[in-house]
Amino acid sequence: MKPQPVPLKILDVISILLFLAALAMVFLYAPLELTMNYVQKIFYFHIANAWVGMLGFITAAVAGIIYLVRHDPDWDIIELAAVEISLVFFLIAILSGSIWARPSWGTYWTWEPRLTTAAILEMIYIAYLLLRQGIDDPDRRARFSAVYTLIGSISVPITFLSIRLFRTIHPVIIGANSNTSQGSFDMSPRMLVTMFFTLGTFSVIFVTLFCHRIRLGRLARLVEQRKLEELR
Amino acid sequence: MKSAAVSSRPPARDTLSKPNASFLKSIGAIVWKDLAAELRSRELLTAMLVFALLVILIFNFALDLDSTTRKAATPGILWATFTFAGTLGLNRSMALEKDRGCLDGLLLVPVDRSAIYFGKMISNMVFMLIVEAVVLPVYSVLYNTNLFNPGLIGVILLGSFGYVAVGTLLSSMAVQTRTRDVMLPILLFPVVIPILIAAVNASSGFLQGLPSSEIMPYINLLIVYDVIFTAFAYMVFDYVVEE
Repeated sequence: MKPQPVPLKILDVISILLFLAALAMVFLYAPLELTMNYVQKIFYFHIANAWVGMLGFITAAVAGIIYLVRHDPDWDIIELAAVEISLVFFLIAILSGSIWARPSWGTYWTWEPRLTTAAILEMIYIAYLLLRQGIDDPDRRARFSAVYTLIGSISVPITFLSIRLFRTIHPVIIGANSNTSQGSFDMSPRMLVTMFFTLGTFSVIFVTLFCHRIRLGRLARLVEQRKLEELR
Repeated sequence: MKSAAVSSRPPARDTLSKPNASFLKSIGAIVWKDLAAELRSRELLTAMLVFALLVILIFNFALDLDSTTRKAATPGILWATFTFAGTLGLNRSMALEKDRGCLDGLLLVPVDRSAIYFGKMISNMVFMLIVEAVVLPVYSVLYNTNLFNPGLIGVILLGSFGYVAVGTLLSSMAVQTRTRDVMLPILLFPVVIPILIAAVNASSGFLQGLPSSEIMPYINLLIVYDVIFTAFAYMVFDYVVEE
């Protein structure tokens, strides 16, 4: 087996250092929020996790389109990597959101557009993984998963819009501040800097994990090919 | 494998260059085949109908439908029934093609592959509408509510169309997997949620006689979903049946 390439190792170290710096910024540099105190700290990670989830979601859709056009198995690996990362990070975003929602909304869960859409997206990802598991032929598996990724990436925004036709209480932190949402707050410059720093950090972490997962995917494909050769 | 799929294309393009008559004809042939097979065996419709009535029965006991809860719950019960019964039909209709090797036969026919999709979709839609046409009067009689509302029927048409458009595509994927009987609902339900939201809200709007300004957003949503997913299925169906 080939050892890990050096750039990847460097990327590992950078992500770890950035993550430690982000932790320090969140707890030492960013000021305490007046009404929510320490509870608000989770917001930096919540939003960063959701951001990485979105990155993965978009990457998967793009990879799906490119796979269907080119039939290059590498894009199937990229798509799977993006879906898996997005699955995990959206799950963290949902859980951290629930932890935050308990003190500020008084409940772990409400059927609010963003929460519900994230939950449905998780279901689509799980269905995606089940679909992949149910198909043995690698070529068909790649085609079907690309098609399903695209169905998901079209239907999820429509789902979001359709739930949004109801009233929402999720705070809109960036952009228009709606008065109806509970638990929204104005950000001081220091908070903004911290938020963008965590967003950047998590983007780097996303790239690192992504590279690792693609490498793993390629190795897994190699193993699969060897197995098929053995059988013949 | 791929070359076979490509070589079957040129005749399809030739026939298409004539004003789509043969395309429509092959869609018609597939629909007719499905309906004729169903008329002889009646196994699909019977199963869907019995299942739909059982779902209503279960809802009756699960929700204890007295006259006040009934009003609010009716649209939800109707759409849950259609969704579950629809899955049964979609699964069966594709499994029949796969089991008896009909799908391979259909794929050998030198027509554009999307004709197969539209043919299957239309026949699935017909089965779905028949089930709905039976469920609505039965529900009206059982619960003493008048469901004969032109608006509601329009919503049911739009909603079923979108549901079947995605369902036909996904069921042709699901039958080709190892766990095919359980695969379809898992694949289908998370992506048809917009239809359910819009259809349930529009239906309850019509049943409660709300002003059309409150119903129209949901109707528009249904139309958008129908158009997008029909176009999408038309584009990708080739990849799903390609061997």
